Amino acid sequence: MRSSHSQSSGFGLKLAAGLGLAFLHLPILLIFVYAFTAEEKSFQWPPPGFTAKWFAVAWNRPDIWEALTLSVKVASIATAIALVLGTLAAAAVARTRFFGREVVSLLVILPIALPGIVTGIALRSAFSMGDIPFSFWTIILGHTTFCVVVVYNNAVARFRRISGSLIEASMDLGADGLQTFRHVILPNIATALLAGGMLAFALSFDEVIVTTFTAGQQSTLPIWMLEELIRPRQRPVTNVVAMVVVIVTFLPILAAYYMTRDADQIAGSGK
Amino acid sequence: MTAAVSFSKVSRHFGTVKAVDAVDLTVAPGEFFAMLGPSGSGKTTCLRLIAGFEQPTSGEIDIFGESAVGVPPYRRNVNTVFQDYALFPHLNILDNVAYGLMIRGVGRAERHRAAEQALEMVKLPGYGTRKPGQLSGGQRQRVALARAFVNKPKVLLLDEPLGALDLKLREQMQEELKGLQRALGITFVFVTHDQGEALSMADRVAVFNDGKIVQTGTPHDIYNRPKTRFVADFVGSSNVIAPQAMQALGGEARWTSLRPEAIRLVSEGGVNATVRSTSFLGASTKLFVDTAIAPLALSLPAGQPAPQEGETVLIAWAPADLHTMEDAA
Repeated sequence: MRSSHSQSSGFGLKLAAGLGLAFLHLPILLIFVYAFTAEEKSFQWPPPGFTAKWFAVAWNRPDIWEALTLSVKVASIATAIALVLGTLAAAAVARTRFFGREVVSLLVILPIALPGIVTGIALRSAFSMGDIPFSFWTIILGHTTFCVVVVYNNAVARFRRISGSLIEASMDLGADGLQTFRHVILPNIATALLAGGMLAFALSFDEVIVTTFTAGQQSTLPIWMLEELIRPRQRPVTNVVAMVVVIVTFLPILAAYYMTRDADQIAGSGK
Repeated sequence: MTAAVSFSKVSRHFGTVKAVDAVDLTVAPGEFFAMLGPSGSGKTTCLRLIAGFEQPTSGEIDIFGESAVGVPPYRRNVNTVFQDYALFPHLNILDNVAYGLMIRGVGRAERHRAAEQALEMVKLPGYGTRKPGQLSGGQRQRVALARAFVNKPKVLLLDEPLGALDLKLREQMQEELKGLQRALGITFVFVTHDQGEALSMADRVAVFNDGKIVQTGTPHDIYNRPKTRFVADFVGSSNVIAPQAMQALGGEARWTSLRPEAIRLVSEGGVNATVRSTSFLGASTKLFVDTAIAPLALSLPAGQPAPQEGETVLIAWAPADLHTMEDAA
């Protein structure tokens, strides 16, 4: 009696969980299916036929390559800048005491709490006030605002777990600041930085809103997709690109997840 | 002879807090020197001043005749065993011990050989491939020791080296530390709040209170001839008798210490006392008694029948066991 009851409630829960997951992921699967449809003007269900020709079409479209290159470049550079700035900010907040430290910590995190549209408008008006023409670099600047947060959050958590006496021990054993950073701090925060960097890359790669405000004539891949949806021409090409975007953003996030999970054992004081 | 460490009017202030206040201190080469005091007394700050993690607000610090003021920790021939051991979690034991040599540019084979030797000295041969997380507290302590002395420092600093160990391990490590210090011939300076540890290990002890050194001397001096009330209170469990009480007992009107084991039970001619409590300690029995003038603690050797609580007894002591002190903290 008791066991059958618990089994039935277990089944109900499983069903609910399954439905929930299906609701979340089936639409994405649909995107993948439409990448193979034979009909190019509208998305009809079921697809009248299947073809792989859109992959070849997408491969041969220079505008896709342009957008993809731009997106990769922007994400890489924004991540690189975020890694440097985020690590420095985390080191300052976690390792030292200074007036207004908590405020700085909050201000660093704030951009990710702000709606992207606010960040976008703010940056756009700031750029026009400063007479800065929109370019590749203004997109990067926009993306760096939230990439820094991701790196900072990962790094600050790790810094807090590094016992302060580790750094003193290194100095005590003859290592100057640079040697201590290279031999003690970096190995202990490396996985956190890698995880933060990958998340930052993924965030930048699929960003739309801030980009629309800070880009000039160029389009990153997500912007290109948005424009493409308006014109009903070779629609499945957009789906092919969508598949690429999903894979490119999903893999780093998965990797970051596994890296921070395993890293739990690494940090610690030694006590 | 050049002192291993010498402090001359050294102060370290944090804002308005005088953590270390005009301290003079001399540690002889090869000495096992203890800095003893309650928490916040300035002993750890003194250790950090020697290590170079702190710089004095004023005063002069010399290490083997060379001024250490302004010299960063990584340019001092001094190594520290940290209270939390501070082993590098990402390195294995061998690389932890070899870290100082690696920084100095000693080749891989040579520094690993030296590290292995050091691990043998602390009785951990063959542990080199493990990570710090796989060792027990006592083993980490030994690794921390090996990592410090493998660099052949002129002074080895130990910050509460035995604080995190359990009693049995602590007693064993006390012996080993002494043996190691003799074998290496390095000057050891260690910080502790445990008076038993300081008295049993050190050649000389400096007792700290409120950022100042109250008394420096051999363990015997400190225990038998405390200079002030504070020392008598903190080191050992001496009875501290106030001047008025002393006068009432027929003595000199000064602060006086009287060790518990110097008080005897007598059958006649002593001072009347009521037993408040007794506790059996194995080798001795501790009694707390109330007299008309002051409460006293006394320690009876094992074998002597101990009175019951509430009983009235007569107690006495030899005048020579009364030790007068300064009325200072």
